[in-house]
Amino acid sequence: MTTTISTPAGQAGVRGKAPGTARGPRRPGRLRRIGLPYLLLLPALALELLVHLVPIVIGFVMSFKELTQFYLRDWTAAPWTAFDNFSVAVDFDAPVGRGLLHSFWITCLFTVLSVGLCWLLGTTAAVYMQETFAGRGLLRALFLVPYALPVYAAVITWAFMFQRDNGLINHVLHDQLGLTDGRPFWLIGDNSFFALLTVSVWKGWPFAFLIVMAGLQNIPKELYEAAALDGAGMWQQIRRITLPSLAPVNQVLVLVLFLWTFNDFNTPFVLFGKAAPEAADLISVHIYQSSFATWNFGTGAAMSVLLLGFLLLVTGVYLFFTSRGRKVSHV
Amino acid sequence: MAAPRSFVWSRRIFLTVLAAFVALPVFVMVSSSLKPLQDVTGEFRWIPSGLTIRPYFDIWETVPLADYFVNSLIVAGAATVCSVVIAVFAAYAVSRYTFRGKRVFTVTVLSTQMFPGILFLLPLFLIYVNIGNATGIALFGSRGGLILTYLTFSLPFSIWMLIGYFESVPRDLDEAATVDGCGPIGALFRVVVPAAIPGIVAVAVYAFMTAWGEVLFASVMTNETTRTLAVGLQGYSTQNDVYWNQIMAASLVVSIPVVAGFLLLQRYLVTGLTAGAVK
Repeated sequence: MTTTISTPAGQAGVRGKAPGTARGPRRPGRLRRIGLPYLLLLPALALELLVHLVPIVIGFVMSFKELTQFYLRDWTAAPWTAFDNFSVAVDFDAPVGRGLLHSFWITCLFTVLSVGLCWLLGTTAAVYMQETFAGRGLLRALFLVPYALPVYAAVITWAFMFQRDNGLINHVLHDQLGLTDGRPFWLIGDNSFFALLTVSVWKGWPFAFLIVMAGLQNIPKELYEAAALDGAGMWQQIRRITLPSLAPVNQVLVLVLFLWTFNDFNTPFVLFGKAAPEAADLISVHIYQSSFATWNFGTGAAMSVLLLGFLLLVTGVYLFFTSRGRKVSHV
Repeated sequence: MAAPRSFVWSRRIFLTVLAAFVALPVFVMVSSSLKPLQDVTGEFRWIPSGLTIRPYFDIWETVPLADYFVNSLIVAGAATVCSVVIAVFAAYAVSRYTFRGKRVFTVTVLSTQMFPGILFLLPLFLIYVNIGNATGIALFGSRGGLILTYLTFSLPFSIWMLIGYFESVPRDLDEAATVDGCGPIGALFRVVVPAAIPGIVAVAVYAFMTAWGEVLFASVMTNETTRTLAVGLQGYSTQNDVYWNQIMAASLVVSIPVVAGFLLLQRYLVTGLTAGAVK
């Protein structure tokens, strides 16, 4: 385990010295050598600037303006409002702030449950499928289908299954198993949280499965052989070798799953349409909805900035606690 | 080592339940697409009252699905090609050179993963409209604007994964090529890229899937003629009827290219992840 993680960092250290010493005076023009990496980065840099960084700066500026539909044509002309948008967003006694806070808590709960379940299913499946058995290849292909399906096609199918009168879920729960009184609504009301969670886990766990499978290939076989010689059974090997060896993989995996789930817009948007039910009002859709419903984009921008701040904070704290004593390879 | 029975049994049970969970929507999609309309508007039936392939003909009439298909293909295809080429250059620079700002670059690229899409939806809309007004280049509502947006969505992940992949290609190889008279770009295309094909394929698959499945920007930034499948599928629910059998048929049709491509190339994706993301 230690070898796999430390290799890239170690190589990088050696590599840093190599170019200058080896070639001496015959190396090509210094300017070209220094300029080349920047030239190679230029397209990526320009695009990141245009589509990510500049919009974020503009979004930041927008959050300090009274940007209603009257100013949309020339947004720079919108009047400055200092922190008004932010105070509206965090005034938890007023409707706007209350809605945001509610949606924030819902999103937190949803994210924790979804990421936890995705991780659990993905890891269990990957560990179980480590050795060969009949039908393994087929099963693996099947497990990757939710990941490969376009979001809207998959989520529309789930929306169909959750229909109150003609959906499969109520047919099974009510008509066939008799578990529910009557036919509950799944896409409106409190049940919508579970509907959204089901779809999110169904769609998200294969990614965990893929990453953990890849991570398992990096565990040296000798570790298992040595453990087997010492008399450790299969379950013990999983607990003592497999799971601890996956720790670095899991740290990255959980972070990525967290960010994707927390920011997910597509799933609720396709499942519920433009306005999500209160119980499943994820923050991305909430911001979208409150920006476009009230045409107050300044407040929407302020909410986005607060959201970004929260994500930066969580990620920062997470990275601080998980990467201590370990170098994340190429960062 | 033979697995103990407790392990084999728990594995059977777990994998069976999981497979059922995964396959259920796929079953619904396929079976409902072959049902007559009264079967999908009435109570759900495991066994259809009759089989029909009519939905597969009707989907092209109810909405201009073929046009949406072409739009999606152009947008996702162009975004994939551009994003892979750009990521290859950037990842090569980061993995093979030391330069000032390298750390800032990688950290910035990685942290864009963190940004909620909603945060730059409206600013991007304003930028595209302003560029259009100033230069006459129509970005808003055009395929070009969507391509530009999508290619940057997959770019951070692609760069990050390719850096890891390129680092697993021994340095000696491209240094030898440089000594033999290749320029740095020559070495990239003759040595590094061929050796990193699995990683590049994996990145391309990822980029294509991202673009093919995106909903938010597609629904705000397209118009009648540039609409993609993500938005177009909403056309099957009218005020009076929801043609669920057609929706399912159309969903299946739009899924087949990506699912088939993905399953064909998934081997590369797993190897790509092993070398790239996991290390």
